[in-house]
Amino acid sequence: MAGEARMGAAPGRQGRVPEGYAGEALTTEQVPARRGRMLTIDNRFLPPILITSILLGANLSFGILEGWERTALSIVAAIGTELVLGRITYGKWPHPASAYISGISAGILIRSPFWWPYFFTSFISILSKYVLRLKGRHIWNPTNFGVSAMVLLAPATVTVLSIQWGNAVAPMAVIWLLGAVIVWRVGRAHISATYVIAFFAFSFVRSAVTGTPWLAAVAPITGPMYQLFIFFMITDPKTTVRSKGGQCVVVVIVAFVEMLMRLAEILYAPFYALFLVGSTAMVVEIIRDARKRC
Amino acid sequence: MRFGFRLEESARKRGVDFVHEAPTFDSRLQHIMPQVASTGAAVAVADFDRDGWQDFYVTNSGEGSLNRLYRNQGDGTFKDVAASVGLADVNRRETGVSMGAVWGDYDNDGWEDLLLYRYGKPELFHNDGGRRFVPAGIGLPQWVNANAATWLDYDRDGRLDLFLAGYWPDGVDLWKLETTKIMPESFEYANNGGRKYLLHNRGNGIFEDVTSALGITSRRWTLAVTAADLFGTGYPDLFLSNDYGVSELFANREGKRFEDVAAETGVGRAPKSGMNASLGDVFNDGRLSIYKTNISEPGVLVQGNDLWVPKSAGPGRSEFQNMATTMGVDLGGWSWGAQFGDLNNDGTQDIYLVNGYISAGERSSYWYDFAVIAVGHSSIIADAANWPAMKGRSLSGYQRKRVWLNDGAGSFTDVAQAVGASDTNDGRAVALADLRNSGALDVIVANQRGPLLIYENHVAPGRHWIQFELEGSASNRSAIGARVEVYWNSHVQAQEVTAATGFSAQNQRWLHYGLGDARTIDRVVVRWPSGKRETIENPQVDKRHHVKESDGR
Repeated sequence: MAGEARMGAAPGRQGRVPEGYAGEALTTEQVPARRGRMLTIDNRFLPPILITSILLGANLSFGILEGWERTALSIVAAIGTELVLGRITYGKWPHPASAYISGISAGILIRSPFWWPYFFTSFISILSKYVLRLKGRHIWNPTNFGVSAMVLLAPATVTVLSIQWGNAVAPMAVIWLLGAVIVWRVGRAHISATYVIAFFAFSFVRSAVTGTPWLAAVAPITGPMYQLFIFFMITDPKTTVRSKGGQCVVVVIVAFVEMLMRLAEILYAPFYALFLVGSTAMVVEIIRDARKRC
Repeated sequence: MRFGFRLEESARKRGVDFVHEAPTFDSRLQHIMPQVASTGAAVAVADFDRDGWQDFYVTNSGEGSLNRLYRNQGDGTFKDVAASVGLADVNRRETGVSMGAVWGDYDNDGWEDLLLYRYGKPELFHNDGGRRFVPAGIGLPQWVNANAATWLDYDRDGRLDLFLAGYWPDGVDLWKLETTKIMPESFEYANNGGRKYLLHNRGNGIFEDVTSALGITSRRWTLAVTAADLFGTGYPDLFLSNDYGVSELFANREGKRFEDVAAETGVGRAPKSGMNASLGDVFNDGRLSIYKTNISEPGVLVQGNDLWVPKSAGPGRSEFQNMATTMGVDLGGWSWGAQFGDLNNDGTQDIYLVNGYISAGERSSYWYDFAVIAVGHSSIIADAANWPAMKGRSLSGYQRKRVWLNDGAGSFTDVAQAVGASDTNDGRAVALADLRNSGALDVIVANQRGPLLIYENHVAPGRHWIQFELEGSASNRSAIGARVEVYWNSHVQAQEVTAATGFSAQNQRWLHYGLGDARTIDRVVVRWPSGKRETIENPQVDKRHHVKESDGR
């Protein structure tokens, strides 16, 4: 286990995508060099295990899902789209871990009385990875892209998870702790931590500007939507810049833009902020890399 | 008339000029007062003076405001007689203010008595021959912050028992708070609301609290309740539509205990913001479905309303399937009261739904702040002091109503604007009644901080109907809990006599069936609460039938 932890942490310090980290964008090229030994867990499976645990725990405890069917549809749609597009694009079957996370995230985050949004969110999330590329890299976190697109284009029928899962402190603490351990293990904890600190700092500004109680300003981050956002979206190795310092700067800017959007009473501010800032950062890095190569 | 009927708002023309007033609670709630004082506009229909015309009682909620009892004068007009019969001046700081009322003949003397429930002291008024109402009832709780109550004979002893559902906890005096930590502990998982009361009627006006003894321990935030036999056992079950959480469905085990089967039957799995509980046979196959309203606000929160259709008919436990989306009755805005009724007498039960939470500033919305606090942890959301100030903003205000016509084949179509249901008030209660003895269901709408509306229903000629006025003898005299199945043209439509249905509302007790162009019906089967069954062969259509238990007709 210790070896696995070091394996995750070291590349992060060097500013590289941690080997074996599934994130949302793992491809077949990133299959870990070292297969897990007995009684160890491949880093690639940690995020899927975490998000599955969150879903199972929340649903068994509080019944967050109206039915398993819609979440299953999201997962199947994401994996199916990934397999088909991966096969067509690269001529080989991609590993489904990344698509699984996209699918399950969409299944949790999207709220609609209809079935089609669950399919469509997953579909366009995965599709964005293959279609919206610059110099061979995709620039949006797939689920962020899919969710942002859906709430923007179909507001009458689609919303995003915006409630607590129960009231007990313990389950929430466990999810935060478990999530923190896993992002630390895969070398992305600095991103999550920086964002959380920035969110709290900017919440003071929002509270001062609007006159709303500070606890109301920080209330959103206590919800499960932010747990997914902080542990799975902003840490996605394929859609974050490479340097550790750059990653921190980017999420501070994300939090800042989110603050501006919240002041404008834009409800899905974190998704839109990441959509804009994350992709801009990626484009800047890709262009700089291209210039360096020239 | 394209849809076979049209609605004409005629309250003032008929002598009804009631405008609801909201209460003013503790000043520490001032910043969110429109939310905490968002209910109280209620309507309950009954023929209280037994003159053959339906009257109705409407509640007011401002401190010192007066409730109204509109007596139907039979000439198309109504007269408020509340003051003269002792039902007007009932909203006082000391006793609390009205949240609703429900009629039921608790002493089987043939006159409909009235239970008034409040954010405060519930009160039972005995109907003294239709001339006056006098306080009655021993054993009622001293203070319940209730938004719902109903009569039911849970043990089938022939006397109506009372179910009273708290919303805020009983210990909360909204006018004098000891703490601001009175709000729900979660937007969808709250379990810190008011307790429930199942009060057994022992006769002579004495009620006994049997709630916990019979297995009901809910502390959810109940906004609506209805009682009906949903599992074919002959005993009335209880469905609770809860705000900030899942619904509860208490299955009645032969009058000896209640068991919450909401989760296993499907109706209590997904937590939403329940605000309505009404029953309808949407497929004309004898199955009663439950319609529960929730919140749908585009771009923010799309819970969708629930139409829980039983998967099977007949005795025994059934699972329910939510078919609201499939049938097109899911998106109704911030939905409140809804009722089933055949509005165009085509033979299928339609839905009339009112909605709209707080209509204030037309160009400013509180939704962002509401959504922000709603997601907060219990330590944040539960304290009213943490809630952002509303500052005159609207929250799902000025919404258009829904009149969903049932095509009988699994689909509903909204025709509200086309037929004349065009108001945009903050609707709360809606009740259906044949106010003109015309064979059509008129619509009474109680609006929060708004005018009471009466939509006269003008049905196209050539559409037939039949009504039944039931009177129990071995059963409770109001016949609450009686089930009537009408068979015609290969259809069977079931309805059950209920007390409360919808949100803070009670329809007329007469059961109304539209028949389309059918001039005859095959038979009518009545199952009384006592268990007795009676069949009426080929009753005349376009007529109201008085059916008394045991004498057959």
